[in-house]
Amino acid sequence: MSKKHEIPEVDIVVDHEAGVIREVKPQQTRSKKGHERRVNTSIYVILVLMSIIWLAPFVFLVFQSFRSYLTESGGMEAYLLPKTWSLDNYRWLLTDPNSHFLRWYGNTLIIAIFVAVLQTIIVLSVSYALSRLRFRGRKLIMNMVLVLGLFPGFLTMITLYFLLKQFGLTQSGAIPGLILIYVASSGMGYYISKGFFDTIPKALDESARIDGATRFQVFLKIIMPLSKPIVIYTILMAFMAPWGDYVFASYVAFGSEPNYNVAVGLYRWVNVNDYQGYFTRFCAGGVLVAVPVTALFMALQKYYVEGVTGGAVKG
Amino acid sequence: MTDLDYLKLSGAGKFAYNLGQFFRNLPGRLLGGLKGIGLWVARLFQSLGKNLKDLVVTFREGDWKTRLSYLVMGFGSCARGQWGRGILFFLFQTLFNLYMFFPNAQFSGCYYLAKLNTLGTVETYKEGRKTIYGDNSFFILLYGILTIFFIIAMIYTWRLNVKQNRLNEQFLKSGHKLKSTKEDMAALLDEQFHKTLLALPTLGVALFTILPIIFMILVAFTNFDATHQPPSKLFTWVGWDNFHQLLSTDTTSYGDTFRQVLLWTLIWAFFATFLNYFLGMLVAIMINKKGIKLKKLWRTVLVMTIAIPQFVSLLYVSKMFAADGLINTYLMKWGWISSPVPFWTDPGWARFTIILINVWIGIPYLMLIATGILMNIPADLYESARIDGANAFQMYRKITLPYMLFVTGPYLLTSFTGNINNFNVIYLLSQGKPLSLELSGNAGYTDLLITWLYKMTVSDTNYKLAATMGILVFVVLAIINLIAYNLIPSVKNEEDFQ
Repeated sequence: MSKKHEIPEVDIVVDHEAGVIREVKPQQTRSKKGHERRVNTSIYVILVLMSIIWLAPFVFLVFQSFRSYLTESGGMEAYLLPKTWSLDNYRWLLTDPNSHFLRWYGNTLIIAIFVAVLQTIIVLSVSYALSRLRFRGRKLIMNMVLVLGLFPGFLTMITLYFLLKQFGLTQSGAIPGLILIYVASSGMGYYISKGFFDTIPKALDESARIDGATRFQVFLKIIMPLSKPIVIYTILMAFMAPWGDYVFASYVAFGSEPNYNVAVGLYRWVNVNDYQGYFTRFCAGGVLVAVPVTALFMALQKYYVEGVTGGAVKG
Repeated sequence: MTDLDYLKLSGAGKFAYNLGQFFRNLPGRLLGGLKGIGLWVARLFQSLGKNLKDLVVTFREGDWKTRLSYLVMGFGSCARGQWGRGILFFLFQTLFNLYMFFPNAQFSGCYYLAKLNTLGTVETYKEGRKTIYGDNSFFILLYGILTIFFIIAMIYTWRLNVKQNRLNEQFLKSGHKLKSTKEDMAALLDEQFHKTLLALPTLGVALFTILPIIFMILVAFTNFDATHQPPSKLFTWVGWDNFHQLLSTDTTSYGDTFRQVLLWTLIWAFFATFLNYFLGMLVAIMINKKGIKLKKLWRTVLVMTIAIPQFVSLLYVSKMFAADGLINTYLMKWGWISSPVPFWTDPGWARFTIILINVWIGIPYLMLIATGILMNIPADLYESARIDGANAFQMYRKITLPYMLFVTGPYLLTSFTGNINNFNVIYLLSQGKPLSLELSGNAGYTDLLITWLYKMTVSDTNYKLAATMGILVFVVLAIINLIAYNLIPSVKNEEDFQ
């Protein structure tokens, strides 16, 4: 590319009145500035539009959750604001004897807490071992995880369902069964935390080892305190996943309504049961699930962003 | 072609050249692979011979403790004071024997192993009102595999046990002291720490991922479906029949449907990966542009949508696009359309809507990733480009894009893989609908292989085809990954780049 000569940033003008030489922004730059302003304005327009598009469904969801299922039921209507604001849906969800919602909520919460603790321990163990310890079979393990990851996850579910059934961990035992399934294979999701451990300088371990620390002590006393971001990221991810899982939860709890998680229960309201009648209650349920999970997520947003951007670069 | 010629090619030209090279090298590579397998087999036999020789030598030169260990595992270790190791060996052997020769023959390893080749011959039948259960093919297959696992583990452990004796003898002879059990335990937190860390996760993956996958691979070669359901019915081996069903071209099979669903799966994965990628990058560039204020606000708005559980947002949005949904009713109220847009009932519209909604789902995520990477691009690159008189688009094409593509190569690959198996988005939005009589096996026009697999399992209990499809998904993904590994520089030389 031929190098063009740069246009000077300023013109020099002699100001006779004041008797000095002044620097004035040239005409060219001014039009460039106008161009810049136009670009920025259109970006603002796009960003505002995007924000509306991205947030609108959630605002609508909240509006609809306040439409009483007794008087304004029905899926979507050609109006957004409820005719009368009512808490009927919430009241029904939380107090009606026919509603399993609280039970589902409890189920999901229990699963999420157990998974968050156990999965974090497993993921950190695996990623630490693969990142900072050297032993025979390390590469083999990593390659095997890579190959196993190419099989659709649901495939294993068919076998696991029958296996769990043997031990009474389906239907009425779905909650411990699901915890077991989520946690057992979670060692395969070590990539992101391994990427993090890889970035901690090796010299730290070595100097501690010279001072007589065992590998376990290095892990617990030196690396863990440095790894707060990735620990929080792992806990956050493990805690949030069970809230959105439909495929495994629907299969394991198949047909046993009190043992659904929120995703399965609410899904069945809109796609299996009477969609028109349940829709406003679905919205209320959705709000009750989304608000605490979103609040937690936003509070720990920083760690999520670090994990995601770090993970994508390392693959 | 010399390096210089190669560098002169445009981006697309380079890609085409690489692709051509890949296929040109394919025969050689396959041959190399075969040779590798041959070498591997040769090495296997070599090490087998070495091991056998070692076994004989150990027995001949060993003392009575060692010799007895051939029969009673762990005896030598116990006799030499390594109680911990010895007891573990012995326990494992006892467990193995108990499992293999369980008093109730119906539950012993030998029974399952013997029945593995037929998967059971004794039918379940009714005697009056009582059901007499015969063989259960499902458990024969499952525990048959488990038994084989167990036997391999046993052989390995037995060999380890003998080796231990040999090493211990040599060790003692040279005047050293053996490690006590206490020292062994301490080592588990030090030199052997990886074993402590990996023991439980490995066991979990072996039982909950590897065993089921092997089981399902084998199910693909049986006739396990709704009409052959244990415990009332037996199923058995049928060879490659299921693969014929899915791949053959005659009209009575699933071949046609399979090809259509596969094609849509690939189209979907392509758009879901690359459309989101470029749009997400664009949004990130806009937000990061100098002079744009409230950067944090825009980002937060988008990130918030990641936080809301997908089943809430996807189910709600899918209903927004329904015939009586918010969008149609409003468009009709404003008089823009006279009848509802068939978002979910017309195949073309349904596919378009799904891709569109997926953009809505995916942009915030990619915006985050792109933001992180964009900030790492050295600013002086842009500075010098600006001095050279490049405009915004040129800078994007020559600096931003190549950098992004290089850094996110591995991510694109995993993302493509993930999208081929993207169950949630499709199932929560459309359940694969619209259905059609032209497609067999309950498939719909928006079904991916994975959602079709799910339907086959849950509503048709057609396990054999589900398993076959799972294998084919694996094959497709393996091919894509293999090609990508050879074409994307940052995947191949990941370590170099960092």
